[in-house]
Amino acid sequence: MTDHRETTMLSRVADNLYWMSRYLERAEHTARLIDVDLQLRLDQSPEAGSDRWLGLLKALQVPAPENVPLDAEILTHLLTLDRTNPSSIISCVAAARENLRQAREQCSSEMWEQLNRLFLQVKSTASSDCGLPDSHGFFRAVQDGAHLFQGITDSTMSHGEGWHYIQLGRFVERTEAVARLIGTHFIRLPHPLDQAVESEEYLEWVGLLKSCAAFQAYCKAHTAELRPLRVAEFLLLNPGFPHSIAFSVDRVHTALTAIAELTERKAEQPVRIAGRLRATLSFSQIDEIMASGAIAYVDSIRWQCAQAHTAIQQVYFDYSVESALVA
Amino acid sequence: MQPSRTRTRGLLRRVTLPDSAHPLFRPPFRNYQFDSAYDEMFEAPGIPRPHYRALFQTLLDLPSEELRKSQQAAELSFLHQGITFTVYGNSEGTERVFPNDLLPRIIPHAEWRKIESGLTQRIAALNLFLEDIYHNGRILADGIVPKELVYTCRHFRREMRGLNVPRGIYVSICGTDLVRLPDGNFAVLEDNLRVPSGVSYMLANRKVLKKVFPTLFRDYGVCPVDHYAQALLATLRALTPPNFYGRHEPTVVLLTPGVFNSAYFEHTFLAQQMGIELVEGRDLLVHDNVVYMRTTAGLRRVDVIYRRVDDDFLDPLCFQRDSSLGVPGLFNAYRTGNVSLANAIGTGIADDKAVYAYVPAIIRYYLGEDPILANVPTYLLTDRSQQNYVLDHLDELVVKAVGESGGYGMLIGPQSTAEQREDFRRRIQAEPRNYIAQPTLSLSRAPCFLDGEAQARHVDLRPYILYGENVTLVPGGLTRVALRRGSLVVNSSQGGGSKDTWVLRA
Repeated sequence: MTDHRETTMLSRVADNLYWMSRYLERAEHTARLIDVDLQLRLDQSPEAGSDRWLGLLKALQVPAPENVPLDAEILTHLLTLDRTNPSSIISCVAAARENLRQAREQCSSEMWEQLNRLFLQVKSTASSDCGLPDSHGFFRAVQDGAHLFQGITDSTMSHGEGWHYIQLGRFVERTEAVARLIGTHFIRLPHPLDQAVESEEYLEWVGLLKSCAAFQAYCKAHTAELRPLRVAEFLLLNPGFPHSIAFSVDRVHTALTAIAELTERKAEQPVRIAGRLRATLSFSQIDEIMASGAIAYVDSIRWQCAQAHTAIQQVYFDYSVESALVA
Repeated sequence: MQPSRTRTRGLLRRVTLPDSAHPLFRPPFRNYQFDSAYDEMFEAPGIPRPHYRALFQTLLDLPSEELRKSQQAAELSFLHQGITFTVYGNSEGTERVFPNDLLPRIIPHAEWRKIESGLTQRIAALNLFLEDIYHNGRILADGIVPKELVYTCRHFRREMRGLNVPRGIYVSICGTDLVRLPDGNFAVLEDNLRVPSGVSYMLANRKVLKKVFPTLFRDYGVCPVDHYAQALLATLRALTPPNFYGRHEPTVVLLTPGVFNSAYFEHTFLAQQMGIELVEGRDLLVHDNVVYMRTTAGLRRVDVIYRRVDDDFLDPLCFQRDSSLGVPGLFNAYRTGNVSLANAIGTGIADDKAVYAYVPAIIRYYLGEDPILANVPTYLLTDRSQQNYVLDHLDELVVKAVGESGGYGMLIGPQSTAEQREDFRRRIQAEPRNYIAQPTLSLSRAPCFLDGEAQARHVDLRPYILYGENVTLVPGGLTRVALRRGSLVVNSSQGGGSKDTWVLRA
């Protein structure tokens, strides 16, 4: 038996790194969505409020609370500092930290310190009495904190197996989140696909792009004239923009290929699922997608993403002992 | 009875001297107090011992504001690194920073040499004792240590009888608590032979002090401690299991109870420093008496386990059945010789506080030498006359439960209430084997930087001893501090802190 010293990674630790990364991505995504939403609200009449909130909750997969008015303060709290909501920012950052804590000897100390700092920052906001004194500043800090963590990760951790699990978690989460966001948006705002949107609605579409940090990049590609078809194409199929589905799926596939190689596992399943999804995206035309229904299309992406997730779990994290002994 | 009472009072009396008697008595030492405890820094009020002179001068010259800033910076860096410990029995905010004091405790070379040889002698004798009682029991047959004492100990493991451990080493990692008595001599307070912790704080403290006092540190000529992790790894590798052949190097892992354990930070730290896997019970499995860890690349065989899990929780098939921290089948794999454990199972018998009283006799029996480091006088409560004496003097003595550690289950006579004493009296009478008593020791005191000035606090010293191919002591250890004024309890769980320990080069 040869000794693969540099590739030894405990299944549990890989699982921890994967989930740490998913949770952090989720926290960042949530922070960006609420931030964009609050900014958008400033330009709108107060009545426009409640169906936007429902859309936001749906995009974040948080069940709408019962028996409470959907008012900004309550819902912002629910999504940011509410420890009883497992998808709130504070819960996600805490879960990310707890996962990294269990994989500390695999990451660099700089990474741990950054995530720990972010956690302490969020926690101290939660424990101060005045709630969110400067909400924009808070959401900014969460996003910056997550970006800083990614930068530190890329420059202080060796780009081996563990790093690939971090990539994997981030882009699986991103694919799902962006797909869900596009889905809820197209349901809520049906609009002639190839017409430029205007006035009140224009802001909503800016909001969608900003929620994916894509507004500026879109403008560079297509100018500030927003057409739903182009927006959908940009967010779904643009190969170079880091929050597009095509880009994210490509990263998922790259990470899985690298992991399969490093572990020398016969792991067709996850690589196959990710590869198929990637191929579908790279050979898709936006007109065809829209013709057969954007919503069905993003749902199928989410479904395949979930399949890939399950396959990763079964092959790397939670395999049966019998299968491993035979191998 | 009466004389000893006065002596106790004498110990606690404060010595006051007129200010004019010591012109050197300036801030931050203006309010520094002395009593009859040995003072690590001063040989007389205002007159530092030779090896403390340079630190003393530095402190006089340094604005206390600067020290305070360094202290805050150190605290923040501990918090950010997550150098925390968990306090049991309280759910929110359970992670606390382990308080660190900035003033180093300095030990001259000659004193360290004595400590080193004393502890080397002790670990050798204790290992021979363990091997003996788990094999032929010569020392019991010869009546040096009473049989009942060994067989009634909760930590004696019948399962270990006749089992041969690699190199005959039961205790490879040991942390022994030393105290300095008023006469200036070190004595052993207790041995920690199961899963001693705290070594990561020794290393973290050193890192901080090098930043705070770089020049002073260099000029002092302090022995380095940074090679501890490397020495630990070498020690663990020396414990290759009997059935280990062919493969290049044994695979060593560190087994932790998990993230809720109070020493979890230390476990991750050591694993990272050694470059070995940090595993939990659920990461390991036993198949055909071979231990494997579950990796992303499949199962991988494990040869040596540095376990930071207590005996009781190691293997639910063999010990505590409801333990989910352990690995089912681990003990059989161990018995078969497919894996080694450090420390071995059943070492707790030798750090039982009642067996402790026999350690000097154990050293003489196996090594034919006199103990280099003294024990603290200990009353065994199974002995009728000693028990009577103790029950009459509960207000002066310290009573400890034999199987406990971490400062739990203790009565400190002079600081106790009548109710607590009554409680312990009942407990002692019900289970005399479970308790021992010792005189209330006056631990030595060292200056600590608290509230912007130097204040004297009681300290102890825990050096770490490694026993693999040979015995290694990293020069230094964890100096624990009772941060509360007048307190004698240094345990982290009871409001203690720690400081760096500088052992000077020859």
